[in-house]
Amino acid sequence: MLTRTRKRTQVTSVLGLVTAGAFLLSACSGSGGDSPSETGGPSKDFSYLSFSENTSIKDTLTALSTGECSDANAVAKLKVDNQPQASFDQALQLRAGQTDLTSLFASGNSPQVAKDIESSGVLVDVGAELKAAGLDDAIIPAAKSTVESLYDGKVYVLPTEFNVEGIWYNKKLFADNGIEVPGTWDDLVAAADKLYSAGVQPFSADGTDGWPITRLVGNYIYRSLGADALSDVADGKAKLTDTAYVEAASKVAALGAKGYFGEAVGSIDYTTAVNQFLSGKAGMFYMGSWVLGNFNDPTANQIGNENIGFMPFPAVTGGKGSADELAANVGVPLAMSKFRYDDGAKQWLQCIAKNFGTQSLKDQGVITGFKVDGDVGDVPPLTQTVQDKINETTKTVLWFEALFPPKASTTSQTNAASLVTGGISPEDFMSKIQADLDQE
Amino acid sequence: MKQVLGDRRTITLLLAPALTIYTLVILVPVIWSFGYTFFEGNAITGFEFVGLHNLQMLFTDGSVREALSFTVRFAIVLTIVQVTLGYALALLYVFVLRRASNLVRTLAFFPIVLPTVAVGLLFRQLFESAPRVGPVNSLLNLLGIQSVDWFGSSTSAFWVLILMESWRSMGFYAILLYAGLVDVPEETLEAARLDGATGIRLVRHIVIPLSWPVLLSAIIFSINGTLKIFDSVLALTNGGPGSSTTPLTMYMFQTSFSYGKYGYGSSIAFLLTVVCLSVTLFIFRSARRDLTKA
Repeated sequence: MLTRTRKRTQVTSVLGLVTAGAFLLSACSGSGGDSPSETGGPSKDFSYLSFSENTSIKDTLTALSTGECSDANAVAKLKVDNQPQASFDQALQLRAGQTDLTSLFASGNSPQVAKDIESSGVLVDVGAELKAAGLDDAIIPAAKSTVESLYDGKVYVLPTEFNVEGIWYNKKLFADNGIEVPGTWDDLVAAADKLYSAGVQPFSADGTDGWPITRLVGNYIYRSLGADALSDVADGKAKLTDTAYVEAASKVAALGAKGYFGEAVGSIDYTTAVNQFLSGKAGMFYMGSWVLGNFNDPTANQIGNENIGFMPFPAVTGGKGSADELAANVGVPLAMSKFRYDDGAKQWLQCIAKNFGTQSLKDQGVITGFKVDGDVGDVPPLTQTVQDKINETTKTVLWFEALFPPKASTTSQTNAASLVTGGISPEDFMSKIQADLDQE
Repeated sequence: MKQVLGDRRTITLLLAPALTIYTLVILVPVIWSFGYTFFEGNAITGFEFVGLHNLQMLFTDGSVREALSFTVRFAIVLTIVQVTLGYALALLYVFVLRRASNLVRTLAFFPIVLPTVAVGLLFRQLFESAPRVGPVNSLLNLLGIQSVDWFGSSTSAFWVLILMESWRSMGFYAILLYAGLVDVPEETLEAARLDGATGIRLVRHIVIPLSWPVLLSAIIFSINGTLKIFDSVLALTNGGPGSSTTPLTMYMFQTSFSYGKYGYGSSIAFLLTVVCLSVTLFIFRSARRDLTKA
């Protein structure tokens, strides 16, 4: 009897252990395979991790894979993975931590993400690689200067977009109300006064995302204090709480206090803001040149391309900055992983440098930081105007949060709508961001 | 069987699988996370030992103060509202609707099975003021009142959140409390009625004391759930306007995964754990006296 009990106990114990072991194994095993491409070794794929929301880059790469880059594609086949923008930085952190970065990837939601990855030495120095391949002129000077400003003087990302930013205005509404293109901030406010008096919303703005509002603050700072004003803040030489910086927030807040951004601007998202401008409900719209894609869509554009004008952010009277210094950015720059930088990836890099600019402008109407060499077909006149403006531009400035760490950027953008609706004072707005900068 | 279950080794071995999994899935990450509080960095930049710096920063970080203040206010108000409404519904089921309460119980419980994001979007549309005017503002306009930007001010955004969460969860608390109320002996109620206790007096002196244990459980459930609120806020206000409706959980998430500071994020998680534990202990301690009375 005793033996039977002991045996039963042993059987129970063994069963218990087997069950625990099975659970442990199932918990520890991954769901993916273990092919070379998933463990960081060289692979036959040229993998690209894209923002789900951004279609222009992946469409251009796909077009290249069957066209100009078909040779590179034969060596390393293009494979596109998508990740929503909201969780993209987390995905990059995880992949970088597991040495599982794709061959090519969007470099995150803020320049700091790419800087962090670069500091761990896993990014390809694309600038040096292009130079070695005799392609150092593939990136246009203005784009190269913007990349260097953003990434501590280095070029380890590819400018698959090059956007200049400024104020788009409705020519017809300006003409109907006798408004000249504003050359100074005071002229801009006067133009807004006239539009508002005529029952037109002066500015369309995406308050949900906040950045189109903080762009105005940043531009005002550059115009009043000069091109180094925000790098001085990033370097600790100046503080956003200094009177001259607070003045910029006050000027933008004053526009909001007069109701110039429309009702409940905090609930207006990007698409709605674009639609407000393209339906003629708003007279002006601060945005980057990527919005040309929307302007060139005849179903969305009810006012017509011929009625849209572009002006740089105006000068501030007595300010140190110039209206010639256009705000610029490189959109969603792409970085390359050293783990997967094999012959296939090298061929792809060279092909992208030679052909991405032309393909993107031809198919997507998107201006990139690459030299445009080939035939791009009929470029819409407004796009051509912006392209000419870019070619004329020698010096660019960055945007408000470009040199801020992620927390300060988030604080700035999430409080932007409150700044123009009076929910937060200009002093508090700047203090909150400065507090985040001080915490770093 | 008695011999098997009477053997210490067998009990240990039978419990081993569950305990091992619990330890690996819950305890190890908790301890791991606590360990992170002494480091700074992330998977990309690597980790650096910073001692107690992260924990010290909790006391000086204005964002933590703001998030903690919102979290505590939200938890207190929502617990009061949702447990009170749930209890009122449970009383309605037991004393008014009685056997006919099935349909009402199902309808009141229904919102809890809806995905939080869907409920968040529903309430966003309901209270929208631009670009479209939502039903609530349309109603106000009909009454001659101007539209309100409900998500433009921290106060109104807070109350819309409370309303949404109350609507979503009161059915759940009603069911929980209903289970406690049906256990109140009919004879005791009958005796109280014969002694002249009716209506509010009956509830105050008989029903509440007898259902106190389950009411206490509901309060603890609610306070812990609301202190850890995340998805509802994310879906409805995304922590805004500004960061005025950002709870500690969301700030912890942003700090860890958006700002890449795992160590400080873990410190915020530790603070949240301490808050949850303190509140639960406080409720237990203050309720012990009443329980003895009941």
